[in-house]
Amino acid sequence: MMEEVDVEPAVTNIPAANAGKHLGFAWGPGDILVYETLYKSAGAKGPCSSAIHEVRKDEDIYSPILRKLFNESHHIFVGLQTIREDLPSKNKKSQFVSISKNYRSVIRACMEELQQAAVSTKDSEVATQYGNQVSILLAIELIWNLCEVLFIDVAHAGVLLLQLLDWVRLHKADVDEKASEVLQSESPAEHRNYWDVVVSYVLQGRLEEARQMLIKQATLQPAARNMYKLMDSLLSKMPFYTPGGIQTLTEFEVKWRHWHDEVDRCLQDNSFASNQHLEFICKILVGDEDTLLAHKDLLGTWYHFLVTRLLFCHPTVKPTELHYYAQSCMTMFLDSRSVPEPLDNILLAAFEFDIHQVIKDCSIALNNWWFVAHLTDLLDHCHLLQSHNLHFGSNLREFLLLEYASGLFTHNSLWQLAVDYFDHCPEFGRVYLELQIERVPLDTEHKALKVLRICEKRQMSEQVRSICKIMAMRALRNNRLGSALSWSIRAKDAAFATLISERFLQDYCARGTFSDLDLIDNLGPAMLLSDRLTFLGKYREFHKLYGENRFREAAKLLLSLMTAKIAPRSFWMTLLTDALPLLEQKEVIFSADQTHELMFCLEELTSSLSNTGPGTDRTMQEEDIETTKVELLRLALARNLAMAIVKEGTVES
Amino acid sequence: MFVARSIAADHKDLIHDVSYDFHGRRMATCSSDQSVKVWDKTENGEWHCTASWKTHSGSVWRVTWAHPEFGQVLASCSFDRTAAVWEEIVGESNDKQRGLSHWIKRTTLVDSRTSVTDVKFAPKHMGLMLTTCSADGVVRIYEAPDVMNLSQWSLQHEISCKLSCSCISWNPSSSRAHPPMFAVGSDDNNVSCGGKVQIYEYNENTRKYSKAETLMTVTDAVHDIAFAPNLGRSFHVLAIATKDVRIFKLVPMRKESTSTGPTMFEVQIVAQFDNHNSQVWRVSWNITSTLLASSGDDGCVRLWKANYMDNWKCTGILKGDGSPLTGLSGQPTAMSTMMGSSVQTSQNAINGMSAGRYFFPPLEPPTVGTRYGHLLPPSSLIEHCEAEPVQPQPLALPHRLSSKTLLSLPEAEGQ
Repeated sequence: MMEEVDVEPAVTNIPAANAGKHLGFAWGPGDILVYETLYKSAGAKGPCSSAIHEVRKDEDIYSPILRKLFNESHHIFVGLQTIREDLPSKNKKSQFVSISKNYRSVIRACMEELQQAAVSTKDSEVATQYGNQVSILLAIELIWNLCEVLFIDVAHAGVLLLQLLDWVRLHKADVDEKASEVLQSESPAEHRNYWDVVVSYVLQGRLEEARQMLIKQATLQPAARNMYKLMDSLLSKMPFYTPGGIQTLTEFEVKWRHWHDEVDRCLQDNSFASNQHLEFICKILVGDEDTLLAHKDLLGTWYHFLVTRLLFCHPTVKPTELHYYAQSCMTMFLDSRSVPEPLDNILLAAFEFDIHQVIKDCSIALNNWWFVAHLTDLLDHCHLLQSHNLHFGSNLREFLLLEYASGLFTHNSLWQLAVDYFDHCPEFGRVYLELQIERVPLDTEHKALKVLRICEKRQMSEQVRSICKIMAMRALRNNRLGSALSWSIRAKDAAFATLISERFLQDYCARGTFSDLDLIDNLGPAMLLSDRLTFLGKYREFHKLYGENRFREAAKLLLSLMTAKIAPRSFWMTLLTDALPLLEQKEVIFSADQTHELMFCLEELTSSLSNTGPGTDRTMQEEDIETTKVELLRLALARNLAMAIVKEGTVES
Repeated sequence: MFVARSIAADHKDLIHDVSYDFHGRRMATCSSDQSVKVWDKTENGEWHCTASWKTHSGSVWRVTWAHPEFGQVLASCSFDRTAAVWEEIVGESNDKQRGLSHWIKRTTLVDSRTSVTDVKFAPKHMGLMLTTCSADGVVRIYEAPDVMNLSQWSLQHEISCKLSCSCISWNPSSSRAHPPMFAVGSDDNNVSCGGKVQIYEYNENTRKYSKAETLMTVTDAVHDIAFAPNLGRSFHVLAIATKDVRIFKLVPMRKESTSTGPTMFEVQIVAQFDNHNSQVWRVSWNITSTLLASSGDDGCVRLWKANYMDNWKCTGILKGDGSPLTGLSGQPTAMSTMMGSSVQTSQNAINGMSAGRYFFPPLEPPTVGTRYGHLLPPSSLIEHCEAEPVQPQPLALPHRLSSKTLLSLPEAEGQ
């Protein structure tokens, strides 16, 4: 069913050479970079411009007003996805219609705002741009409204015409402006647009308003009073179908036929022959095609012609008959030499109930995915894509939603909306989200956390890990150790946590103080991520105990750091040095057993150090300091051991 | 599509490669002038050159970014037979204020005896690994075992492809189901040498890469090659730039449980386009692999897209208009107003470039001045402006619009 039509793809001109040169390119998230180059190593030579051109795909998402369209339709979209499948179809239909109307009122609001902006701007280029957007939105709303009447609301014979009349009235609103202009003039009945207004009202079936206008003329022409009276009575008697009333469609048809005959009689007996305008109106009422076509300028479009023709010839038209009238009206209305425009074809396809063609043609003619994606989604929810025998069904919906959402992802804030669209694409939504979200620039910690939450909520563990890793690496490069540590804990990256813990300890050795105390003090179970991190946490705990004068606990912890092999060997000397002040307290803190253990640690360390042999290139001075330290430690340990033995051997009195 | 801005790259010779970083906030350029430049994007989308330095003693063919998990790391390869790894160091604060960054060379990889034609980092889940290929027909895989010390790289694998290599591409699929895999292309012109694209796969048992497939149907010189991101599919998609653009599907065939050899593939051609008329030099996928771009001898960049029926079509062409910007210098911002004119833009919008082109080919592209009146706002929205000059655009839309509002939507009220 897909006819393949070969056409030239759209060409975008780049200010670069075109002969004998190549264009290099690089894909970006929302654009392509293009530059002049030559790929042949041996070949044409010549100076190349060294300009790089940023080619963007779609500028719509950068419009601040259209952004509202995206934002608000996102809410409607999400609401639509949560409509329960098990609702009775009658309830669902009214919900779908109301959703459709919500979408349309968002479009309307957006149009109005664009309109205001176009008027108030001083920049003619911007005004043109806004004006173009308004015209596109108008077309979108026109199509959407028709789709709503035909596909979603599924108006039946009788009601169908009423709804089509509303549709035409809404989109041919210039009558009202002309009318108010006429009415505000000094003598409305003599205004040059007077008859245009009257006829326009009649063409739209706004007969009450037409009568009001005619009264003004009648008072001016007392001689023709009877003629005006007759017209007034014809207009007032025209029957309209009332949905939900007691009258059946057949009864209405009979009544309408009677009225039609009456109008026809008036025409036959030349009741209005002396007044060309009234004669015209009467011919319209009887549905005379030539007369209608003579008012092309007032009708404006073939679909207005169609609705007017139905109103006065076939008021009980059935949906299945529409396509026949639509086709013939279009042919009659358009000049033989003019080719139908995309919009004509789209509307015609809608009248033919060819949903697929509507979506396809809209995709081609309109400049954004917003419309096709949302409309298709809604039609899919109405189960219309299946019932119309499109075997690819939800794929089309998903294809369009993915395209739309991918476009949003190139924007620095709209990408957040896209997440929900991806969530509702069962086949590829998840993998698209994975690919797109990891490309969101993590400009700030705040933004990184935002992206992270989205990934965490969806159990996207690889993306979570990667984001944390990127942030940890960035923090480390900027020497923000605390931040680096907390990000790598979040990433559960043991190797990196070890590396950062090492940095913390190095910093401590160099400066004698810890940075980011808050973080280290509150590691909790996260401490267990890596041995080095555990040590860092415990070592800091030792400092805390020491600071709080809880010396015995501090001493016990210090010793256990070495005996339980939590502390890296390279750090033992620092730990033993930390033990020195405890050993030199007046009070005995390390017991005899503990002192023994400390001595073992020291001996183990010194023997392993001497084993390293002459290969290590330490200076004499360093060697001296180290020797002195060991000597001091030995002395302090021996003295403490003596004191401890004495104390432990003394029976307390 | 439209040119949003132009940047004066200010290279003294041909630009050979431009590469975006992972997040699209930085780019690197390299040139025959032997230098690499790094550019940073500001909040309002302008590009500023923050570093420019001489990297090699020959033309620099390619420049590429490591994944940001490994920091800010670049690799370049050159005609001078080397590849090099560069790392940005966080400099003095006044450098930052002046918008400058410092890049230092961490290593030079000198194993190749001929020009190094391509350099690529392996997928990040494999660790920090760098692959080069060279005109002598060797693919080399290096690894930095300690990501905090980029001056140490060890040559892990040396794979002889027998033919002069022009390009490599890693399969980005990080799924456990697929062992690491890359494709290498050869620009050897001799058709009798057989297939010019070889696929290599890592074997856990031998801890070596072995050839899994040769695309026998590609016998002409291959200039570029690109695996598509895997969308959770069971097969791999590979684009090739040769005398035309080709897209292949590699479907792994079921392995026998006893087999320890490389995966066998069923190779299917998905699309083949000769629109570039002659040689195609580059192919590259967008993030979600919904679009493929190619550059060829016709001087154009062409964009290819599949619709939901998997029919591939050219959906857009970027083409030099014959007016290269000369004397482009100084502030890149000065250029932005020149090109991005909204006249061009609106034309594209009307011509249905953006949405439709990627979906279906248009039935008939509306031309300038057609009866597009239906898409005009109703006349009620337009104030008459006889005095206004005619706008040179397809939509004869008067640009002074009245402030009168549109009809409200009665049926949408009260919901």
